Amino acid sequence: MNIGTLTICGALEELRAGRCGSEELVKELIAVIRRRDPEIGAYLSLDEESALTQAKEADRARAAGQARRLSGIPLAIKDILNVRGQPCTCGSRILQGYTAPYDATVIAKLRAEGAVFLGRTNMDEFAMGSSTENSAFQLTRNPRDPSRVPGGSSGGSAAAVAADEALAALGSDTGGSIRQPAALCGCVGLKPTYGRVSRYGLVAFASSLDQIGPITKTVRDAALLLSVIAGRDERDSTSVDLAVPDYTTGLTNDLRGLRLGLPRECFVAGISPDVEATVRRAVDQCRALGAEIVEVSLPHTEYAIPTYYIIATAEASANLARFDGVRYGLRAPEAANPIEMYGKTRAAGFGPEVKRRVILGTYVLSGGYHDAYYLSAQKVRTLIARDFENAFATCHALLTPTTPTAAFRIGEKTSDPLQMYLADIFTAPANLAGICGLSAPCGQTPDGLPVGLQILGPVFGEANILRVGHALEQALAGDGAA
Amino acid sequence: MTGPRNSAEKINPACGIDVAYVARLARLQLNADELATLQGQLEQIVEFVRKIRELDLSGVPPTSHARVTPNVFRADEVRPGLDSETTLANAPAHAYGQFAVPKIVE
Repeated sequence: MNIGTLTICGALEELRAGRCGSEELVKELIAVIRRRDPEIGAYLSLDEESALTQAKEADRARAAGQARRLSGIPLAIKDILNVRGQPCTCGSRILQGYTAPYDATVIAKLRAEGAVFLGRTNMDEFAMGSSTENSAFQLTRNPRDPSRVPGGSSGGSAAAVAADEALAALGSDTGGSIRQPAALCGCVGLKPTYGRVSRYGLVAFASSLDQIGPITKTVRDAALLLSVIAGRDERDSTSVDLAVPDYTTGLTNDLRGLRLGLPRECFVAGISPDVEATVRRAVDQCRALGAEIVEVSLPHTEYAIPTYYIIATAEASANLARFDGVRYGLRAPEAANPIEMYGKTRAAGFGPEVKRRVILGTYVLSGGYHDAYYLSAQKVRTLIARDFENAFATCHALLTPTTPTAAFRIGEKTSDPLQMYLADIFTAPANLAGICGLSAPCGQTPDGLPVGLQILGPVFGEANILRVGHALEQALAGDGAA
Repeated sequence: MTGPRNSAEKINPACGIDVAYVARLARLQLNADELATLQGQLEQIVEFVRKIRELDLSGVPPTSHARVTPNVFRADEVRPGLDSETTLANAPAHAYGQFAVPKIVE
């Protein structure tokens, strides 16, 4: 068993054949984590003892003929999802010492299928960032080049998978926080359609945009995890009552019968020539696999980031009001009254990016500015959603670069928030429109940095984007390019 | 893009963001250095997001959620939730089975 190339599906084969047990798998992964994580910094906390207990339980269940879909599969979890009895810091000092009192719905579903929870991964504070440099606790380095960022905000999850410190991980995506780090670390990242996966137990950042999804080594693994975590949950009223297919069954090695659109606004000045060349080769590969490639237009693309930063920060300012020092987390000492306690607690507990966004969000919602900013942004959101509706009227999926550049250097964008925001230029539109998106590795730059192809699908169009990602992955593996 | 402007026209550039005021609304007690840094950064960011003013939004309905769902109801039956012991375990201070906070009423 080579832990370095082991996928979820590969590990399940090993487990089914009796060639290894879950306990052995967990021990091997912990050994890799001990060796590599001091440099990479993917994990915020590890729960070795509990993981081994869960693994032994999974091994017993398998021996008794009671194996389930993910029995014995160790996963890493972004530190924004509640796992009962575990910390859940959201990368923030304000939640230091907090212990999750319950399981998020996705965790309960994975647990019911026998998955094992290894530990909690680093992230930008409250998922606000594109490099994981906004974590209050530690830097995470890109395993493909440790002088560079892993992306964010689910940078710890992507780095854990890329460094072979986990078979797969869960992340959350509000404007690209699964797809962008997956692209920068050379992993597969899936943001499901808004409503496909319950967010109960996900600490809320921007409730009209947030989705939970997998970060994996292969598209098939992402399809498998989605099949487990998707579905209606009465604890999240935005989750949709729609049958959950087995997403692994539709994966094929050709793309015949699919029409794929290339949005011309995603191939413009500002995108790195190396990224563009790599993505264009992947597009040619899709054509060679039988897909019809057509040019389409998403005319409001350039308004997506301004719109996103109004809507996401407005919602964040409301969601983060709950961190006031009363019910959980940090409380600043020596406050004479509650108002002072809130102000001091939040000033001490939040980092600079969270403060920036809470202030921007409060501003765009405040009296006299609400209509001009927030309401206008909601109208632009309609235009962006219509752009996609028009494109999907003629295409099964759209192909774009996931990111405008490959992984940037640690510290390169920390002094300029706006430059950092632009890292999400191709990913944020999907959250605004509520559609699904996959980032799949499609090659590398001449410097050896991974490049992600983003495959966008219409609402509940996961099956087709997974099919495109899988066929491309198989073809590139055949060419030795990815 | 030119053409008729939307309600964003009402933004008065002379009334830019006053970070000290908004921070009070947001219950963030910032020090002078933080205020100075954030004032500069947020002026730039506000200028950046004002790009949406270029668009003619007349007649465009707002989207509040990617999927607007009607109210979702469930049967009104009592079910167990988190018990108070579990809930209070994360509280910075508690007493008599309740969250303890600084005095509110003089």
